Amino acid sequence: MKNIQKQFPILKRKINGKPLVYLDNASTSQKPVVVLSALQKFYTTSNANIHRGIHTLSEESTAQYEDVRKKVAKFIGAKNEEEIIFTKNCTEAINCVSFSWAKSHISKGDEIIVSALEHHANLVPWQELAKEKDAILKIIPITSDYLLDIDAYEKLLSEKTKLVCITAQSNVTGTIVPIKKITTMAHVVGAKVLVDGAQVVGHSKVNVRDIDCDFFAFSAHKMLGPTGVGVLYVKQELMSKMTPYMYGGDMVQSVQEQTATYRTGPWKFEAGTPNIADVIAFGAAIEYLNNIGLAAIAIHDRKLLTYAKKRFSAYSAVKLFSPSNIANASSVLSFAITGVHPHDIATIFNQEGVAIRSGLHCAEPLIGRLGVNATARMSFYLYNTTKDIDAAEKALKKVLKIFKIKE
Amino acid sequence: MDIYSETILDHYQHPHHAGSLSNPTIKVAEDNPLCGDKISLELTIKNGVVADIGFVGTGCAISQAAMSLLADEVNEKKIASLKKLKPAKVYDLLHVPISPGRVKCALLGFATLQKALKLIK
Repeated sequence: MKNIQKQFPILKRKINGKPLVYLDNASTSQKPVVVLSALQKFYTTSNANIHRGIHTLSEESTAQYEDVRKKVAKFIGAKNEEEIIFTKNCTEAINCVSFSWAKSHISKGDEIIVSALEHHANLVPWQELAKEKDAILKIIPITSDYLLDIDAYEKLLSEKTKLVCITAQSNVTGTIVPIKKITTMAHVVGAKVLVDGAQVVGHSKVNVRDIDCDFFAFSAHKMLGPTGVGVLYVKQELMSKMTPYMYGGDMVQSVQEQTATYRTGPWKFEAGTPNIADVIAFGAAIEYLNNIGLAAIAIHDRKLLTYAKKRFSAYSAVKLFSPSNIANASSVLSFAITGVHPHDIATIFNQEGVAIRSGLHCAEPLIGRLGVNATARMSFYLYNTTKDIDAAEKALKKVLKIFKIKE
Repeated sequence: MDIYSETILDHYQHPHHAGSLSNPTIKVAEDNPLCGDKISLELTIKNGVVADIGFVGTGCAISQAAMSLLADEVNEKKIASLKKLKPAKVYDLLHVPISPGRVKCALLGFATLQKALKLIK
């Protein structure tokens, strides 16, 4: 984990005259030089539309685009690239499950289970589907230690359960969810499982076949890749039972005046010209992460969280929203200070060059359960160091001083 | 100049006109759902003049201090003149630089007041 900062040009920036300390990684990550150059290289050497040209450039861009599908499959332990659909982000990947699978497999009285830890992306699509189908949405609660309540989950499961939508890690509390256990329990009653992996892919090793989930969604931009690329993994036997949710060019096999037939596999779901350049640059991000090693990144994330918890828990005015056992969380630390709104905390941190997130973190029901109006959140990644947390602590002291709050 | 001036902090920690009125003419509430700032505003109107004003709110220092400053400004003023009030007045009262991300915070009290004024015939 040495000299990593040098590979991220944005980290040379100064904010308000102070060196940038970027602690908003749960929102999006910064990009290394290799990803930036891959983007430029594609546009300067191989740019052409894919899947339809006979000319050299089109063949090159098609090969590069499809090669990333293989890389992604390998990266998350899928059986092969035919299980990988490219979308524009994790949210679209989740919506694809709703429109392409759930709409035709969930009906009146069926039950969908989500957890209290969900980001809006893995909650709102299911609220809407439940309304449309007259299905029932059930919520797995959390314990007072911010962990998923597995006993409550077991009680919610029944033969009526058709789909369980669960995050692998909370973007607010950092809670790691035992998704393999969740999946095994869901399969006993015949339910399918969709995992929102946005916070874990690129932070630790993921193997979708080991988890045995049916759907797995994540975003490239949170794992050093460009914005505008998401991934939906679908277990191969389920893919053929799904209908397209967008129609148009590229996804068709043959088109007549009144009807059309569609391609099979992931290509059936990628209508129109996809985000070719960003997918190709995403391939460079995957290679970069593989070179560093997911195990090393996971250890680094955990080390930073441990350090941050130790530093921030030394202040009696600061409340942390994090599981007590460090093994149950990673990368994310939410906190609040009585008498200071998180927006004011974030403003003062920004004055010190420290970028953190404040507010509801696209998880409004969860913030409600935490009993606060909002939280401030630091989230870490491979280029962060303990010095960054020292800078955050310095900013914290400034907050307490300005608002005249005892440490 | 720093956004957390003594004036802002003083109005945030000791807001003027804080609390409900006993028999208000008008009661309105407004919020910024994305950040959780809330203001509930009450006015007592007598002969076309704000005879008393009170508010209850939660939120960031900027949103709450802006409401407190605005309450001082509005109290005992004629409704007709208040209807001409512009957001620029709030920035004058705050007297600190407001970044684009904090505009909604700064103007929450103003939006709440506008809502109340619209109810007065």
